[in-house]
Amino acid sequence: MEGNYPRFTPEMKKTHKILIPNMAPVQFRILAAAMEHQGYQVELLENCGSQVAELGLKYVHNDTCYPALLVIGQFLDALNSGKYDLDHTALIITQTGGGCRASNYIFLLRKALEKAGYGNIPVLSLNFSGLEKDSSLQLTLPMIRMLLSAIYYGDLLVSLRAQTAPYELEKGAADALQEKWLTRLCEEIRQGKGYHGREIRRQMDEMARDFAAIPVKRVPKVKVGVVGEIYVKYSPLGNNDLEKFLASQDCEVNLPGILGFAQYCAYNISETARLYGGSALMKQVSGLVLGYLAKSEAVMIRALKDHGFHAPLPFQELTKLPDDIIGMGCKMGEGWLLTAEMIELVRSGYGNIVCAQPFGCLPNHICGKGMINQIRARYPEANITPIDYDPGATRVNQENRIKLMLAVARERLEAAPQEKASETAETPQETPAAATTLAQASA
Amino acid sequence: MRVGLDVGSTTIKCVVLDEDGQLLYSTYQRHFSHITEKTGELLSAVAERFPGKALFAVSGSAGMGMAEDADLPFVQEVFATRVAAKRLAPGTDCIIELGGEDAKILFLTNGLEVRMNGSCAGGTGAFIDQMATLLRMTPEEMDTAAASAEKTYTIASRCGVFAKSDIQPLINQGAKPADIAGSIYRAVVNQTIAGLAQGRPIQGNVLYLGGPLTFSRCLRRSFDEALHLTGTCPENSLYYVAMGAAFYADQSFDLRELCQRLRRRKSLRSYRSQPPLFTSEAEYQVFHDRHARAAVPRVAFPADYAGTVHIGIDSGSTTVKLAVIDEDGNLLFTDYQPNQGSPVAILQKTLLTLRREHPGMHVASVTATGYGEDLAKAAFHADYGVVETVAHFTAARHFLPEVDFIIDIGGQDMKCFQIRQGAISNIFLNEACSSGCGSFLQTFAHALGYEVKDFAKLGLFADRPVDLGSRCTVFMNSSVKQAQKDGASIENISAGLSISVVKNALYKVIRASSAEELGRHVVVQGGTFYNEAVLRAFEKEMGVEVIRPDIAGLMGAYGAALYGKNKAKPGQKSALLTAEELEAFHQETESKLCQGCGNHCQLTVNTFADGAKLVSGNRCEKPVTGKSEDGARNLCAYKQKLLLSYKPGENRRGKIGLPLVLGFWELYPFWQAFFTNLGFAVYHSPLSTRELYLKGQGTIPSDTACFPAKLAHGHIAFLAKLGLDAIFYPCMSYNIDEGKGQNHYNCPVVAYYPEVLAGNCPELTGTKFIYDYLGIHNRPAFEKRMEEILNREFGGISRREIRAAADAAYQEYARHMAEIRTEGQRILERARAEGRRIIVLAGRPYHMDPEVNHGIDALIAQTGAAVVTEDSVSHLVEPFPTTVLNQWTYHARLYAAAKYCCQHPDCDLVQLVSFGCGVDAITTDETREILEQGGKLYTQLKIDEITNLGAVRIRLRSLFAALEEREEEGKET
Repeated sequence: MEGNYPRFTPEMKKTHKILIPNMAPVQFRILAAAMEHQGYQVELLENCGSQVAELGLKYVHNDTCYPALLVIGQFLDALNSGKYDLDHTALIITQTGGGCRASNYIFLLRKALEKAGYGNIPVLSLNFSGLEKDSSLQLTLPMIRMLLSAIYYGDLLVSLRAQTAPYELEKGAADALQEKWLTRLCEEIRQGKGYHGREIRRQMDEMARDFAAIPVKRVPKVKVGVVGEIYVKYSPLGNNDLEKFLASQDCEVNLPGILGFAQYCAYNISETARLYGGSALMKQVSGLVLGYLAKSEAVMIRALKDHGFHAPLPFQELTKLPDDIIGMGCKMGEGWLLTAEMIELVRSGYGNIVCAQPFGCLPNHICGKGMINQIRARYPEANITPIDYDPGATRVNQENRIKLMLAVARERLEAAPQEKASETAETPQETPAAATTLAQASA
Repeated sequence: MRVGLDVGSTTIKCVVLDEDGQLLYSTYQRHFSHITEKTGELLSAVAERFPGKALFAVSGSAGMGMAEDADLPFVQEVFATRVAAKRLAPGTDCIIELGGEDAKILFLTNGLEVRMNGSCAGGTGAFIDQMATLLRMTPEEMDTAAASAEKTYTIASRCGVFAKSDIQPLINQGAKPADIAGSIYRAVVNQTIAGLAQGRPIQGNVLYLGGPLTFSRCLRRSFDEALHLTGTCPENSLYYVAMGAAFYADQSFDLRELCQRLRRRKSLRSYRSQPPLFTSEAEYQVFHDRHARAAVPRVAFPADYAGTVHIGIDSGSTTVKLAVIDEDGNLLFTDYQPNQGSPVAILQKTLLTLRREHPGMHVASVTATGYGEDLAKAAFHADYGVVETVAHFTAARHFLPEVDFIIDIGGQDMKCFQIRQGAISNIFLNEACSSGCGSFLQTFAHALGYEVKDFAKLGLFADRPVDLGSRCTVFMNSSVKQAQKDGASIENISAGLSISVVKNALYKVIRASSAEELGRHVVVQGGTFYNEAVLRAFEKEMGVEVIRPDIAGLMGAYGAALYGKNKAKPGQKSALLTAEELEAFHQETESKLCQGCGNHCQLTVNTFADGAKLVSGNRCEKPVTGKSEDGARNLCAYKQKLLLSYKPGENRRGKIGLPLVLGFWELYPFWQAFFTNLGFAVYHSPLSTRELYLKGQGTIPSDTACFPAKLAHGHIAFLAKLGLDAIFYPCMSYNIDEGKGQNHYNCPVVAYYPEVLAGNCPELTGTKFIYDYLGIHNRPAFEKRMEEILNREFGGISRREIRAAADAAYQEYARHMAEIRTEGQRILERARAEGRRIIVLAGRPYHMDPEVNHGIDALIAQTGAAVVTEDSVSHLVEPFPTTVLNQWTYHARLYAAAKYCCQHPDCDLVQLVSFGCGVDAITTDETREILEQGGKLYTQLKIDEITNLGAVRIRLRSLFAALEEREEEGKET
């Protein structure tokens, strides 16, 4: 059986259009542009609706996790749409190579394609673990840098928009600015520009400045953090438009970025070597990658802080947070990172947290639901609600639980000493001088 | 004045308070999902009595959407409860509130925490209502009955579907309704604690709120007993949410204007819908006429009938069916009735009527099938018993000889078979989550006041059937409620339900995505297919025309009768009771605890008029025959014995405890030798029992984790009491590398469950719990890690000592595995010499735990087959490529074991799957593929808390029957 599926050959780069599942709408749009610059023809899938999950249920074992059902359903729905030339279409899917089910998605996808009569469509794997050697996206160093820059540009845009939109005086200003920047970034990346150190620094600063210039009224609002299994955390298709729902409830939403996940994966390589033995080379590579990512991260953090926005903790600091709550060896799925993100959110004022997971998600029994108790014991202000996502789960039940979390949050907000809300356009909360020293310290 | 409104999933509550917060008026009504209308009526009545302005707010899960549409202030219900409790019951520490759909726990002191049940939940009003319906009682009657309960049966409490799988057989076995009722309340309590306490002790002043707790005294008592305290159900316990909303209200409204505003409310919501079943009356007529032609031949059955007849009895989970045929297989008489919780009484009546009205008929054979097969045999002396799958297959093949696919949807179960070259080539049976779809339609129709037939008719011409999902009936039920709130009509709900049942069968049970996978001649049967909406949905979903015999619901009984006809010798006379004996027939039911072994099964003993006895509820033959299985053909029993044979050694360095859960079921010998060699006395927790599980259930943070993991909480509670120096349970991302796959991971739960225990078990405070990350697949790294860990914890342990201990550990592990393989080989060889069937019971090492496998190994051994495990044959297979990423050690063995079965004609594989095992969503399909390619049948047994083995027995018997049939076919050709 093995090897009975079509490979993505180098020539296909010219002839085939690659469909990309839409996990994180902002970051993935820039990622798509990066692939285009490399000469791939790509399309980021936008199709959604109930038939997506339906198709997933039809072609994948129903107890498989919801993200797999959705991603595969979205592909099949796209292929069924008649929009694509089926002899010249390929699919791409990520593979982490970890011990959870997600590493098997590509196989489930191939099985489903076969069953649905699309056995001729090649599937590419995007992974950094050396899996699928003959079917994975060929990664060169410049390309990796480009993909990474797409992620942190995206993370920054998401963060800036999230911190501005709830407070803007003119509705839609932040969205429009985000769109403007997205278009601009995609255009640049497509032309192979904008992903070098200096350019990034300049652009990120400019981005933050643009957002800071949007007139806002900073009244105290409920601040909600969202953590969880990576797909349902970011994808509106997976989490029933969670961000929108929270916005409709008058909240500010903090969605920790995807870059953290990349850093987590790199970190785990050396931690694995430490715990179970491994070559010094592995530790070195891991250290190099982390060092590189930390630099990009520092630029992003500085841009945020310089313009008075809240910035996430550097990854290096994040690794210190779980301490004795969860071991750093917990590396399947989102592992210790999920726990660390919850702690960071609580400590930085986003103590109200939605922990989103697919129904029956294995790693989240441990690092999500399993750790809430401990986090609460240490941080009584933590107000965490785990929400299960599934094709059969009703939205009312999910929203009701979130509303409970929000009710507690609002009560606390009202009880807390009122911050002085400035009536005019917001001035940066931190003095530029302080921000500079901080940035220097982290650089 | 303040007005609070609480619109829950089933009821609506309204209160009016005066300025001082005193209750002036309250009302409580069921809303039958007519939320806006009911609310309008109610508020009009209130406005009439209390004219003027009032502070007003809405609460409740169903109030949420309404408040949004009409732009009214909304308070989340749990929050409202808290607001009310603060004022009305100061000094409360903890609140337990059960509603129609949701269960909630609020911890008020020592850190506020509010919790609602997760997506799988059983401890709610809807669940209790459903269970009462099963028992044919009103909720009030159930409460009264439970008061006189004497025994508690184990009822799975994960959710309504699982509970039903345990309750239905109890009913059919004749267990006392009072005992069942009491056990149901116990299950609700367990579910609430297991799902919501999550490690926080429920203590102090506990308040009971909500409908079920207000109305049921027994439920409150069960909570009191389980929590070891006396909770209070305060005055106005039904109205806390409504009163909380009233207290919280800060916007003033004119009540009359409010009513108008609600009337004007236009729901902007829409629900997810699907294409209609029929677009026109004409289309329906064609469909209807086509199916009307599929009729089984019938002949007249006059009172003076003097010919030979064969009787088939199908005593199913919810209905009793009976068919009488003549020597040519023509139908003479049929009977189809709900079993009313007492199949024996119904059968007695039917058989007696038959005997009386047709005194001249010669009964040559009586054959029983279905869950009540044994009961029918023992009570009425039926001549033969046949497993239902065979009965259904026999009937379908008689009806349509070229049949190549059969789908049977009954009340509780779905059974599907693929037939190739006249023999069963594949069997698909539903697992627990999909069960009860058929009877759900019926229960649902009844709840709305319809007969199931009329209810189904409503759906035929629905314009926009609701999409209700297909996971299980609990999820469907909750989707229905949402759809109702979103304005779906009863017609569209009816059609949606039928479609959901079909999708469940197709995508969850059969896992077919196209018509070609089924076959050309598909016969559908079972009572559920009388429902034309279901029938149509099936044809539409698969794009095929199928054949539904006119006696779809009677095919089991018809098949049983045919089976008897084939078996009966010429001139045979059935042993069926005579008319006189039937008249004098009576039965006595007694419930007792078996003392045969540590399992202490709750037995139901039926004694009949002629002294015949039938024991049910047993997991082995001991209470029936007095003999127990010696385990000589059962490798599981041997493995269990091996593990239990280790005794603590000398105590030089301290006492260390290992919980006998998950990975330790294989690695115990390794760690035992390791620590013993270092001078620790090593203790392990005992074999799991129900009691042990209950001890730990209060600390489980995620109730959808697998049962083997959840058991660990009880083991930790046990070990923590032993006064040990440390409990050792390492986190291990990787398992032993046996070179079978691309990697050798543990699954996330096996790898990291110690983290959950460390973070959630308060019992561990004061006990040293060592749960570091380490691996034994790389020996040098292992030694280094252990040196670090042990010196940190105990100090003074040298590298040399560690090395020596590691030597001992690796040796002991190798010896242990070799022993298993040798014994496996011995069993295989002996079975081959004796010509026995061999079953490879493939799961994980921890499936050896008797509380996890519920004695399935012994059940198989009883049938005469030999039982070996996957780890005793997996090494006999060369590594081979799989179509999935083969990256888990345990699962690599599973694939290898499947391959082994393909290479050996006398071996068949039965896969044990724990509910909630995400990894098995991948492995089951792969294992099935490997087996199918090797021409083997695939059997999966999904296990969880459910203790009733009825469904498991049917699967195993079906497997054996199919194998026998194949063998016979093989001989003939």
